Amino acid sequence: MSRDEFLGQLLVGLINGSFYALLSLGLSIIFGLLGIVNVAQGAFYMAGAFFSWMMLQWLGIGYWPALILAPLAVAAFGVVLEKTMIFRVYGPDHMPGLLLTLGLLMAIQGMFVYIFGANARPYPVPAELRGGWDLDFVFLPKYRVWTVFASVTVCFTTWFIIEKTSLGRTLRAANENPVLTRSFGINVPALITMGFALGVALAGFAGVLAAPLYTVSPLMGVDLIIIVFAVVVVGGLGSIFGAIITSLGLGVIEGFAKVFYPQGSNMVIFIVMIIVLLIKPAGLFGSEK
Amino acid sequence: MAVVDHVTTPSTRPTVNLVLSGIGLVLLVAAPFVIYPLFLVKMLCFCLFACAFNLLAHTTGLLSFGHAAFFGSAAYTAGYAAKAWGVPFEAAILIGTATGLGMGVAMGFISVRRHGLYFAMITLALAQMVYFLAFQLPFTHADDGLSGIPRGRALGFIDLNSDVMMYYATAVIFLIGYAIIYRVIHSPFGRILRAIRDNQPRAISLGYNVDTYKIAAFSLSAALSGLAGATKAIALHLATVYDVHWGMSGNVLVMAMLGGTETLFGPVVGAILVTVLDDYLAESGLPVPAVVGTTFVLCILLFRQGIVGELKKLFKL
Repeated sequence: MSRDEFLGQLLVGLINGSFYALLSLGLSIIFGLLGIVNVAQGAFYMAGAFFSWMMLQWLGIGYWPALILAPLAVAAFGVVLEKTMIFRVYGPDHMPGLLLTLGLLMAIQGMFVYIFGANARPYPVPAELRGGWDLDFVFLPKYRVWTVFASVTVCFTTWFIIEKTSLGRTLRAANENPVLTRSFGINVPALITMGFALGVALAGFAGVLAAPLYTVSPLMGVDLIIIVFAVVVVGGLGSIFGAIITSLGLGVIEGFAKVFYPQGSNMVIFIVMIIVLLIKPAGLFGSEK
Repeated sequence: MAVVDHVTTPSTRPTVNLVLSGIGLVLLVAAPFVIYPLFLVKMLCFCLFACAFNLLAHTTGLLSFGHAAFFGSAAYTAGYAAKAWGVPFEAAILIGTATGLGMGVAMGFISVRRHGLYFAMITLALAQMVYFLAFQLPFTHADDGLSGIPRGRALGFIDLNSDVMMYYATAVIFLIGYAIIYRVIHSPFGRILRAIRDNQPRAISLGYNVDTYKIAAFSLSAALSGLAGATKAIALHLATVYDVHWGMSGNVLVMAMLGGTETLFGPVVGAILVTVLDDYLAESGLPVPAVVGTTFVLCILLFRQGIVGELKKLFKL
């Protein structure tokens, strides 16, 4: 095996890992605030890719504006669902939320298949990011490097906002003790909706990033969200930092598996999940509730 | 928990139950003369699958998101045994059931370490692994599926190539499965499971090995799901990768929840409803998953007890 191939797979692993990171980060934020594991996150990822595709095809809006606009559109879509349906299943029991969002995933994906067909649609790589940098020891495709850079930046910015700013502190307070936070005159339901929008927008952002890399298809979200669930089981839902690190780490492990044992590469994350469950059932960063 | 009590304690109105069961049996016998038998076969397989799923959900409160793994794997092994080895009908069905059981023990051992949300995510992930595996193993023929599975003869002399005979064989299998589930739920074992569901720390303090009981319930549920999958594969001559797909896990979950997991008969109603809806929508050209998903969303929002659960509440049965 050449060094080129090895580094190439490492990059692919990092890319996958950064998609896992964006999705599991969104899952963690939404779970922390709403107590809901949002299965529909997969649908929002798919919607992000589709919205950017629609903007390009129908409105002539290119990649760079879509990178902002599509996540906003996804967030608006998410807020509508939150305000009409999802808020009804808040409460100490987590299962109704899981079931409701599973239904939403089926419904949204079904509608997209109905309207657009199950076929994949190509999305062009933006002109600025075509080609690659030829370093002496390895060839780096620009778009792939950009994907890793953009998602890692967004992930750590989100982490920073939630852990280090006053807005984040308010969000965490609303999560920990909603009644007390309300008594300080803070509008907790609005905060919750905002947190949901943020989590969903992260999935939409991942979708836009994925569009030129893979193709745009209604079924792209489900396969990803199932892997992200395994990632979340490994890392635990409690820690935002843990979610990012676990995601990137598992992505890299998956990349290595592609080099050494390609047939099993799509199973390696599940195998890691099983091993972690057998050794530390609460997950690497989680605590048993 | 009022609804639960009606299931766990002998019904306050045994005559009503007896009459309803009688009507059900008559319908079961008469149905193939009115409705296309193969459609009914498919429906009964899903009824059994939904009931098997509910055996776990009802007794332990654990909602599995990965039951397609058992249904689909059993379909493959039963189909392969019947086609490649030419084993008789009963043996093929048993091989499928054993597959479900074996995988249930393995998946149960891993997944009962967590409960609630995590249990759901773990079962979904494990089932996805089985799906990837099914795609790569040579005997499943990946996208094409395993087709041309022979039905053979039941008990050595009943020719199952007649659709009506196949229907009655399926009906018998369904009744056996349903009886097993009924027996398990009303057994001391079933009561211990419910005790664990309602108050796990207390069950532990009483000396019960909670995880073993959960694994046992999980395995039983998986074995019966395997029975349903094997029967489906033989009856329809076909085992496909869709049988192990997450969509199948989602479907059976929807069936059970739609009918009501607190009741024994709910999943049957849910399965009938979804199968009919599926068939009807497939003809009209409307998107089946979208409609089923929307129905499920409405069910969670408006009638979380499921159809049978709500009816029971309505008639105070």
